[in-house]
Amino acid sequence: MTITHTVTPTAAQNKPVGAARRRVRPGRLGVHAFLMAVSLAFLAPLLLAVYASLRPYEETSRDGYFSLPKHLSFAYYKQAFSDSGMTKYFVNTLIIAVPGVVLVLFLAAFVAFAVSRLKLRGAMALLMLFTAGNLLPQQVIVTPLYVVFNRIPLPYGMSDSMTMFDSYWAVIVVQVGFQIGFCVFVLANFMRTLPQEILEAAIVDGAGVWTQYWRITLPLCRPALAALATLQFTWMYNDFLWALVFMSDGDKLPITSALNNLRGQFFTDYNLLAAGSVIVALPTLIVFLLLQRHFIAGLTLGSSKG
Amino acid sequence: MALITARRGGRRGPRRFTARDLVVLGVLLGLPVLLDIAIVWGPTLASVILSFTSWDGVGAVKWVGTRNYTDLFTNYPPFWPAVRHNLMWLGVLGFVATPFGLLLAVLIDRGVRFSRFYQSTLYMPVVLSLAVVGFIAQLVFSRDQGALNALLGHTADPTDWLGDPDLNIWMILLAAAWRHTGYVMILYLAGLKAVDPSLKEAAAIDGASERQTFFRVVLPTLRPVNVIVGVITVIESLRAFDIVYAVNHGRNGLEVLSVLVTDNIIGEASRIGFGSAIAVVLLTVSLGFVITYLVQEIRGEKNR
Repeated sequence: MTITHTVTPTAAQNKPVGAARRRVRPGRLGVHAFLMAVSLAFLAPLLLAVYASLRPYEETSRDGYFSLPKHLSFAYYKQAFSDSGMTKYFVNTLIIAVPGVVLVLFLAAFVAFAVSRLKLRGAMALLMLFTAGNLLPQQVIVTPLYVVFNRIPLPYGMSDSMTMFDSYWAVIVVQVGFQIGFCVFVLANFMRTLPQEILEAAIVDGAGVWTQYWRITLPLCRPALAALATLQFTWMYNDFLWALVFMSDGDKLPITSALNNLRGQFFTDYNLLAAGSVIVALPTLIVFLLLQRHFIAGLTLGSSKG
Repeated sequence: MALITARRGGRRGPRRFTARDLVVLGVLLGLPVLLDIAIVWGPTLASVILSFTSWDGVGAVKWVGTRNYTDLFTNYPPFWPAVRHNLMWLGVLGFVATPFGLLLAVLIDRGVRFSRFYQSTLYMPVVLSLAVVGFIAQLVFSRDQGALNALLGHTADPTDWLGDPDLNIWMILLAAAWRHTGYVMILYLAGLKAVDPSLKEAAAIDGASERQTFFRVVLPTLRPVNVIVGVITVIESLRAFDIVYAVNHGRNGLEVLSVLVTDNIIGEASRIGFGSAIAVVLLTVSLGFVITYLVQEIRGEKNR
């Protein structure tokens, strides 16, 4: 295998890269076979869910999910939409996730800027406070928040339950408060990779802290912000613990909890549930496929040290 | 707020921040710090205190010392199974899913064709809500119509993969590993891309085999990623909740600590003090790892 290091460059000069590589490394075929097998195994459960959602219940209950189809239709998708009131729950999710993402990025970006660029005393401690906060188990903070939210009165205009509990405010605040640590961590790591000279030039020109932050640093962080926005949206979209704990009115639940509405009390049509799952998963899958590059960058920015 | 008035050791002239700067710093730094304390650290502290009381959410708060903890360890049947399940979770994610993710990252990083396709497919499960993952698990593992029984030809005498309390945790772990592998793969892939290629070349010139190059040269340079992956693995195993909850609300062989907390707190009994004690057990274990991680981070910071 070590020979390949010397062979590849010359071969690659006049041949298409793929062809040259394949000839030089026969072991690659094995690697492809392995990766292909693993990829298919990873995709299989998803494909099974899509397949099940297209078939009528009578058929799968007779032949099982692993059988050839006789009827295929989108009927379950229509039913999943009308039976569970998907649109309403989808709107609920957006009410939580959109302000959540905007707020968490706005708040985290300045902390990250202050921590990584301003050389304040205690900056490291501050960074630790936020990072560690994001790593605590959610269950530790649930009880006191549940109790406190039940005691915070809100005017009817803000919450029809008259308390912070059972309102979107509670879920948004907790989402933002919990996720801010992760965003600070990633953004601070990203900002550290920016050249310090730009800031110094601005300071010489008499720029204040706000200008250094808003006009100079933030525009350079656009890729990191885009990455975090997609990531955070997916996480807030997928979460169901907070809504489960801080909401009691079934009509306000986000879309991930709405899946349970498709379960009957005595009988559950799994094919209908499969259609519901596909619908619920679709937005995050689309966001992921469209913004893949950002998405992956967002997870990795924090890990690789510039 | 001492740090707002901090100056850079006087090296930059007498005063670094104008009054306006201080207001900006105070508001924009104060707000997130207050939020973090109000949402994360304050409640954490409150949980620790509540765990020494027998509060039920409405009556007076009564101090009971460590009774919740002795009850928990000696007199609460689901506790030890839950601990065992969380440890199994950690074992499977740490010793199976994580190395597997690393292996996949190394293979993809060697620059095979279609690497983009492999990368996206393997990462796809991470994007899904665990509620959806839990449901897909039911499609695959269901006793009568599930794909697994059909695939194995067990249709005459079907295995109840999710109903059998000795088996179901393993099936759930398989689903959890399905998600974790992709996550680890992406983190390592990014780490590997950042490794200086001249290191590998130097090792190859010195006659190191590919295996030696990886274990002796590449892996040690990935230390920051290793630390992050380690912390994520531990934290995910301790936090495990959604997938179990989606399958059967964490009963019948699927007890995990986080579900016990939720059951005690929002369940009808509303045993808040007791639920908090379980949460504190979780917290103590996680804090051990979080602190190790932070110490590593600070060391890295000093070497920077």
